[in-house]
Amino acid sequence: MVEKSDIRVVRCGGSKINLRPSVFSTDSRFVLCASGDSVKVYSTRTEECLHSLQGHTNQVTGITLNPANHLQVYSCSADGTVKLWDFIDGILIKTFIIGYPVFAICVSEKHEGIIFLQLSMATNSKSECLQLVAVHLPKSAEQEVEAKELSAVCSHISSNPSCTALGRGGEFIAFARHLQLNVYFFRKQKTYSFSLQATDKKGAKNAFTCVACHPTDDCIATGHEDGKIRLWRNFNQKKEYTYSTLHWHHNAVNTLCFTPEGTHLLSGGIESVLVQWKYGADNKKELLPRLGGAILHIAASSDGQLFCTSHSDNKLTVIESNFKVCGVIQGLVKGDDVLTDLMIDPRSKALVLNGRPGHLQFYSLLRDKHLYNLDIVQQEYIYEAGLDQFEVVKAVFDIKGSWLATVEERGRKSSDLEFFLKLWAYDEKTQSFVLNTTITAAHTDRIISMCFSSSEETTMLVTTAEDGQFKAWCQGADADTQQDQNFWSCDFVGSYHNLKPTNCSFSADSSLLAVSFQEVITIWSPETWEMLTTLCQPPGEIRDLCFGRLSCSKYLLSTTNRNLCCWNLLTCALEWSTSVEVSKLQPDPLSENVAAFSYQSKHTDLFVFKPSEPRPLFTHKNVCSEKVHRAVFVPQEEPLNNCDESSQWLNRSQLYFLTQNMDLLTFNQATEEDRMLSSSKRLVIDDSVAVTPFYLLLGKHRQQQQNLNTPSYTGADKPQQPQGSATIKELLHTPAHVLPAASVLCSMFVNSLLISKTGVREEMESSEQEMDSEKEEEESEEEMEACDSQQELRAQGSVDEVTPKLSKAQEKELKRVRKTDFSWMAGLIDSKP
Amino acid sequence: EACSTTEDGDEPLLCPTGYECHIISPGNPSAGIPNRGQCIKQRGNSELKSAMGEFKVHRVRFFDYIPSGIRALAFNQDTERIAVARMDGSVEIFHCPDRCFQEKIIPGREQCGIEGLSWVGGRLFSAGLNGEITEYDLTNQKVKYTLDAYGGPIWAITGNQQGTHLAVGCEDGTVKLFELIEDTIQFERNLDRQKSRIISLSWHPSGSKIAAGMMDAIQIFNIETGHSIHRMLVDRGVGTSRSRECVVWSVVYLSNGTIISGDSVGMIKIWDDQTGTLIKSHFITKSDVLALSVSRDEDSIVAGTSEGTVVQFQFIAMVLGKDDKEWVRTRTFKNHTHDIRAVAEITTAVVSGGMDTHLVVKPLLDKIEVKSAASAFRKICFPHRRLVSCAKKSGLMLFQYTGHLELWKLGESEGQGMPGSSLLIKKNPEKLLHLKLKGEDHIRCSAVSPCGEWIVYSTASSLRLYQLHCANNNVSITKISNLPKVLSSANQLCFSSDSSHLFSASTQSVHLVSLSQDGCKFVGTLKPKSGSHQAIHLLAASEDGKWLASANSDHEVHIYNLQTLKAHCTVPVYSSAVTAMGIHPTTNCLFMMHADQQMFEYSIELKQYTDWSRTVQRKGLHSLWLNRDTPCLNVMFNPQNPSHVILHDAYMLCIIDQSLPLPDDKALFYNQLTLKSLPEKQRKSQSHAFKVCKTFKDILCVELMSDQSLVVVERPLEDLATQLPAPIKQKKFAT
Repeated sequence: MVEKSDIRVVRCGGSKINLRPSVFSTDSRFVLCASGDSVKVYSTRTEECLHSLQGHTNQVTGITLNPANHLQVYSCSADGTVKLWDFIDGILIKTFIIGYPVFAICVSEKHEGIIFLQLSMATNSKSECLQLVAVHLPKSAEQEVEAKELSAVCSHISSNPSCTALGRGGEFIAFARHLQLNVYFFRKQKTYSFSLQATDKKGAKNAFTCVACHPTDDCIATGHEDGKIRLWRNFNQKKEYTYSTLHWHHNAVNTLCFTPEGTHLLSGGIESVLVQWKYGADNKKELLPRLGGAILHIAASSDGQLFCTSHSDNKLTVIESNFKVCGVIQGLVKGDDVLTDLMIDPRSKALVLNGRPGHLQFYSLLRDKHLYNLDIVQQEYIYEAGLDQFEVVKAVFDIKGSWLATVEERGRKSSDLEFFLKLWAYDEKTQSFVLNTTITAAHTDRIISMCFSSSEETTMLVTTAEDGQFKAWCQGADADTQQDQNFWSCDFVGSYHNLKPTNCSFSADSSLLAVSFQEVITIWSPETWEMLTTLCQPPGEIRDLCFGRLSCSKYLLSTTNRNLCCWNLLTCALEWSTSVEVSKLQPDPLSENVAAFSYQSKHTDLFVFKPSEPRPLFTHKNVCSEKVHRAVFVPQEEPLNNCDESSQWLNRSQLYFLTQNMDLLTFNQATEEDRMLSSSKRLVIDDSVAVTPFYLLLGKHRQQQQNLNTPSYTGADKPQQPQGSATIKELLHTPAHVLPAASVLCSMFVNSLLISKTGVREEMESSEQEMDSEKEEEESEEEMEACDSQQELRAQGSVDEVTPKLSKAQEKELKRVRKTDFSWMAGLIDSKP
Repeated sequence: EACSTTEDGDEPLLCPTGYECHIISPGNPSAGIPNRGQCIKQRGNSELKSAMGEFKVHRVRFFDYIPSGIRALAFNQDTERIAVARMDGSVEIFHCPDRCFQEKIIPGREQCGIEGLSWVGGRLFSAGLNGEITEYDLTNQKVKYTLDAYGGPIWAITGNQQGTHLAVGCEDGTVKLFELIEDTIQFERNLDRQKSRIISLSWHPSGSKIAAGMMDAIQIFNIETGHSIHRMLVDRGVGTSRSRECVVWSVVYLSNGTIISGDSVGMIKIWDDQTGTLIKSHFITKSDVLALSVSRDEDSIVAGTSEGTVVQFQFIAMVLGKDDKEWVRTRTFKNHTHDIRAVAEITTAVVSGGMDTHLVVKPLLDKIEVKSAASAFRKICFPHRRLVSCAKKSGLMLFQYTGHLELWKLGESEGQGMPGSSLLIKKNPEKLLHLKLKGEDHIRCSAVSPCGEWIVYSTASSLRLYQLHCANNNVSITKISNLPKVLSSANQLCFSSDSSHLFSASTQSVHLVSLSQDGCKFVGTLKPKSGSHQAIHLLAASEDGKWLASANSDHEVHIYNLQTLKAHCTVPVYSSAVTAMGIHPTTNCLFMMHADQQMFEYSIELKQYTDWSRTVQRKGLHSLWLNRDTPCLNVMFNPQNPSHVILHDAYMLCIIDQSLPLPDDKALFYNQLTLKSLPEKQRKSQSHAFKVCKTFKDILCVELMSDQSLVVVERPLEDLATQLPAPIKQKKFAT
């Protein structure tokens, strides 16, 4: 009965970038990390995301540089494939199909053509144990190759990939599990294993947590649950092995990493302190404290100049070798739970939710980039188990985005509850929210919900609390604070039969306020604070409440744990109701559509409907297997024009939702995705080697010219504008640091605007072809230097110097193009003040 | 009673548990003047009496025995014996393969601080701050001779591996070489004199060079020329004051020319003797590195620090299978609370000792082929000799301290109590006598006669016999003069059970002296027919006065007939030393405990092992019994129940019921509790010969008195720790 729709649930943005250790490129200009289904390439200097290597269909579980070619990277994924990428240009080179979900990858220079993968044990896929297999990569020119030559190296290895490490030059592999460290020597094909007691005399826990091998010496460093680090030596003997112990961490060591020279050992744990031990002089250590979340992984660049730590708050920190933090790459921070709703900042269109403890984070979904943190609590956060800290539990924006109201509270579990209501004003100067009013005792009990009025003129905040009251807050209405009109004070206190208010909602024009008191909806007029009417719900406490928008503004929707009801406010009668358990009701602010997530028989379904008609516009069964409590409509960057009825609701805004596993998912249209994918693929096919964005720009341009040179001259009269604007778009979309000098670009920019004369072209053709052959030679060398392309560019520039004569029509065209471009630029300047 | 801590008019406060009332100046309750005093922590020197099954037990905790700190260690590879020098100048010999049994004790003297100890061949030398070199006579367990080196206090002494020379480092900055000749040593020459004192010395294994650690420097001397080859300066500590000198506490010279030094800055430094340069340095402690020792293979070094840690360094190939090796810090052991003054890496273990007076033997598991009780971790806290002797009949105890003796009378208690309960004390124990020695020598052995009338003690040079007079609370002693000449000195002393005879063991023979009110008379000398010349360390006389058994450090046990004054027989020699023995009062069987926890019963009359002993040997002892790590120190017999043998070691008291079957390895060894829970019928089938009581801890002595009460002398290690000087303060995490 599944409705035939091409709308799919996809993971979109905000993925974990701390799942696996990141990888530095050999020149340490880029840092790569696995992020959801893709591999992201960040610049270490600008912290900007360069590419997202997309192609995997499931979680990427490991990345590693190709030892044979330092410009290539292997990535493995739970979808059972290993892909080889050119990460500089973001091109998929090869796909190796393994056929089993892969959990980790490691390679070594010594083992050419072999990669080591961690797969789950074939016998029982449910057990936590993995096995390490060596995979011979078949040498085939095809893009997709099935790798069949699997040979098991060792079995029963830990499911934690940091418990496995290749030793000095790939001579041996060390893997630890629980209390046993095993070392397998490839040459001798012999395993030595060393076990520890579960606890020592002092009761410390000895289980292994991570393993690292020294790059030049035969020394294995292991981290333990009790915070000890052991350095194992002489491990090719059963008895005479020896280890020394380093101890600074007071809790489990999460990760260990030797610097490439082997002079230092880095370790990290829950303390969020990076510890650098001097190898050989065990007492000397350096500490880099206050890095944020717990350190999960550490990676070192091959020249030892940079370290990259992955933190539990979805963050990568790039640290120089002199222990100075030089860059932070922040992903979407996801704690154990999102207490605030998912919100959209009306100004920046950023997703706003709980971030670091005591903060709100602003996250751009379109760019998949963390924008900034807003410190709400403004108190030092102390990492300590069991310490009850202030948490932001509620946050809401007004319709213009000029006001933000937050509620922070502490001591919810214990009896002594403390909470503050804070109001933040948007400051144009600092482009940020500034604390305006702190209300210490807004209510006598905790605040359940709050909302801003949706009118443009006056802003009003309504809060409902467990003390049975709802309060309306206005700016400067209080007589005591008349000297400054900006502060917020209480305007009205309302209650209804001492019932506990649960939810509140303003109608679209702010003329009505609906407050639900358990099973009763009360409608108030905010102007006069007069209760207009009450609507009695079928039995059940009201969960969600929302007014319809636009053409459906006469409707009020409410949900209980059994029903979804739609009230007609004109008739004050129930318009329709269905018995469905709705866990989240989310209206689209830009259309009449309302999305309802309903949890039934262990999976969540989505219904999108208009309040005016009980028939859903769109149904998606089995969105996910958990309950959905948080969802948000994000306005589309540019409206789509889908004609298909089932996907029309996605035209204006996109629906994002958060599952209980803290996965941020969205609905995407297959056709659109395919289009995007195919466009990128086409680019890839066009020039399969060494595609820099700059080259792409150039190559496309030239291709266009070649097209013009083809015998059918009809294209010559075609308006040049689309191509030109595309070039400019490329130019503007490419990060500044990968662009060539402006002087170089200038001529090309102008060229793109010019209409070439075909007569000259003909003569040019031969030379053009010569250049192509040159180009092919370069391709065979596999590496193409940037200077070459620049020279080429200059050559081309000189060719184009022959001034073409313009027809009047063409001149007009040119003017038009210039005009449009100019406005475009202006728009750009406006949007980026 | 009201005391000064009591407010006026209040009820008298009770001292909190664990504390007792200590009245400084007694008041007058009738006049309303309260006692002045305070609550002080119970020192436990009140005698607790507790009823325990069959026996009334005197728990004695007022023996304030404090062992002396360990200052030096020397390991003899050939005989596998460790020599330990203590702060009080005594030297002890431990036999490593025999579960580190303390074979010999050579008591020290006043003012004889030993600084260094060295084996040269089979000879043991020590040197100390009194400037003298001492050689020990190990067979007779005494000082052989002392020789002044004429260089002021001596800080270091070491012999070369060839066994030809001895080098001492003196306060005046000279390294003096002595040549070893038969029976003595002879001064040969001085090496170039240095400005500062020589703290440590180490010979190159070839014997041609010697490294000397001094203040701020290490000097290498050529033995041939006597001149210095290299002088290597050692950095003073960073952060400490510049004026504080760096003391090179210890140096080790390896055969490949590497010199390793440990200094007061806390560094282990590795030097090259060819160039005289520093190769590597390891910072291992914030305080001093006091001792270093290298293994025989020169692939491992242990360093003792003043934080009480032993740090091991190993010579390891950095890349497996290559010869390129480096010294790498590996393990750290922390078994001491105080400074470690001496370490030694012996074949399979690291031995360390220091200010906390314990000798710790930490086995190196990688060197041990088979894990066994013999190679287990050991912490030797108490001497393997008895320091307490009891007068069984009169309830007196004689405590032997290094420089004095104390005679105590046991307390008395009221009536009976439940098993396990403590009894009220009617009469407190009483110190009758404090006998201080004259002269420099320390007491070697002492004894009180069973009747309590005689006290005898011996130092290395003299023997004193006293008669004790007890009359209405007045205690007086008279020294017995004109002792027979044979009683000049004794290795072990023992009275016959009727107190009529004194047995004094000199080196190989036992002298028999009869005691009477008039004085003493030499009766005769008991000599074995043949055997070794090692000194006797144990004596046991039979209850009926017919037999005497003696054991010496060559593990020989001789039995003498006291009526004929002739050697009766010799017990077959067992491989392990005898730690305790006793002759059964009725059957006249000799019961022997050995250091490896084996037990033998030898019938004196039949001159053969008894059937029970054979059964024990055939069936073998329970592994838990064999794995105990302290030797049994006394063998007693219960006259009420002839089949009971009572044994004790430092941690437990055991009654062996010879009438019950022996436990096999599968049986539950400590089964008293399970037995209690079982019904009467099953109890019989489950019970076995060993009944172990672990109620008491840190036992120095257990003795069964004639009135069927047990005296248990405890010396809790915690009490001992409080009386030691404070250790170096170390910051502990989360404190």
